[in-house]
Amino acid sequence: MHPAFSVIFLTTLIGVGQGLFLALFMGQFYSAAQFLPSQVSSSFYSTGSMIALLFLVAGLVSSVFHLGHPERAWRSAAQWRTSWLSREVIALPVTMGIIFIYGLMQYMGWDMVIFTTSTGAKLPLTLIVGGVGVLSVVALFVCTSMIYACIKFLQEWSSPLTVVNYFLLGSASGFTLATVFSSATEPELLNFYGGFAIALTILALFFRLASLYRNSRIKHKSTIQSAIGVRHNTIVQLAQGAMGGSFNTKEYFHGKSAFFLKSVKYIFLILVFPLPLIFLYSGMSNGSTGVLMAAFIIQYAGLVAERWFFFAQANHPQNIYYQTI
Amino acid sequence: MTQLALVIDLNVCVGCSACVTSCKEWNTSGPAGFMGDLNPYQAEPNGTFFNRVQTYEVGTFPNTETVHFPKSCLHCEDAPCVPVCPTGASYKRDQDGIVLVDYDKCIGCKYCTWACPYGARELDEQQKVMKKCTLCVDRIYDESLPESERKPACVLACPTSARLFGDVHDPDSEVSVVIREEGGYPLMPEWGTKPSNHYLPRRKQQLHIHEDELIRVDNPLKKEERAPSGPVDAPTLDDFAL
Repeated sequence: MHPAFSVIFLTTLIGVGQGLFLALFMGQFYSAAQFLPSQVSSSFYSTGSMIALLFLVAGLVSSVFHLGHPERAWRSAAQWRTSWLSREVIALPVTMGIIFIYGLMQYMGWDMVIFTTSTGAKLPLTLIVGGVGVLSVVALFVCTSMIYACIKFLQEWSSPLTVVNYFLLGSASGFTLATVFSSATEPELLNFYGGFAIALTILALFFRLASLYRNSRIKHKSTIQSAIGVRHNTIVQLAQGAMGGSFNTKEYFHGKSAFFLKSVKYIFLILVFPLPLIFLYSGMSNGSTGVLMAAFIIQYAGLVAERWFFFAQANHPQNIYYQTI
Repeated sequence: MTQLALVIDLNVCVGCSACVTSCKEWNTSGPAGFMGDLNPYQAEPNGTFFNRVQTYEVGTFPNTETVHFPKSCLHCEDAPCVPVCPTGASYKRDQDGIVLVDYDKCIGCKYCTWACPYGARELDEQQKVMKKCTLCVDRIYDESLPESERKPACVLACPTSARLFGDVHDPDSEVSVVIREEGGYPLMPEWGTKPSNHYLPRRKQQLHIHEDELIRVDNPLKKEERAPSGPVDAPTLDDFAL
């Protein structure tokens, strides 16, 4: 497929925002359950929510550039019964709304304690709103990734690994950003977030490699024989019916060499996984926000390359019809 | 239920592209608006087409065969492009099974083109909406036309009658009969999309003549080089014919 940067930025930016919100909720959950020693200020959560919201808004703005008619975009919520894209269009603003409400409640201090357990753990109202937000974030991850995973003839995408990878890569980048944020504002949480960021990045590496391994062994079901229905081993296309190319030659192929594709694969494998791990570890060791920021920026740049590769690697069966001018 | 569709006979198609030009002509002047072209008279011309004729060479020289292969929307019975549309602009008509796009609802997100394994949909680069074959829905029901002309433009244009049009759900229609009796097949059956359009394969008319049929053993005229095996004055098969 032809990678569109609007969609690449949409999926990576909202991934960061979603991951950051998961990190914030996890931090609040751990401190409410008294797994974390320190009591974190509510401005940490409210500012963090606003940063997450900014990433989601940036993703939404980016997605508009993908549309031919953005002024009709409101219509795209209509077919939520059948279309994962429509479901994403609903899940994205819902998630943004819940994150906004969560951040606002933290900022305004609307945080009454619902009940306190015998051990002294408190269940504040924001934690319940945050929990709803987590469900919404997970639903958004599923909707976004199912847009790709549900197309069965794009065999590189049509796998549960697509869903797992969108979730893990988004969460890893969000937790890396949470590490940067905590290093700047709440240094006691640095190792908590840094540890999770490292664990999620390693887990994401495992599943991304699994997906690369699966895709390297894929056997495409469609052949030129089934495409034109002629049963002969030697079939060569002589003409595709358009000498100047067409929509079909532009939309479904990345237009780069095999070497370029392979290079992007190795670039993203280095930028998303080992480099951020090294920077995270060294940043956590000496508490340097700058080094952690570098980890996030490198990982995000790597994720842009990863998403480009994700699109470019998918081989659409219609390409069989467009082998020769 | 009615399912209108085309049957394309690859045995007859000569690859003249008359269907391509007549399709473009009819649909670019239709009520749904023009079909946009980018750089039509410059380098790298690009435009919206509902139908293209491709050419394939089958076999290795000298035993090759040229197959001309017209390609347009197959109006799948289980069209994968329809459920993915977020706005409902893509729909399949209940009354005749034609898959259409509502150009006023389409947001141009191109998701349906990903979901069509045949690449049958094209984005109009000027109007920024998705376009595809309509089976000339604005023509086949037009009662101001004589009944014989209420057919898609490509069918009427085909000089060799390689394109047939009809209801593939009616077992007695012309298209159903040829699909059944001439070996009509769907494209990429592996995806379960159940394309309504079918293709008829290349078929060779071969005459099998046995040697006995060339040289009759009891040839009464004795023209062939080989002499009849029996006595010359003995009665032949023709003597018993009456």
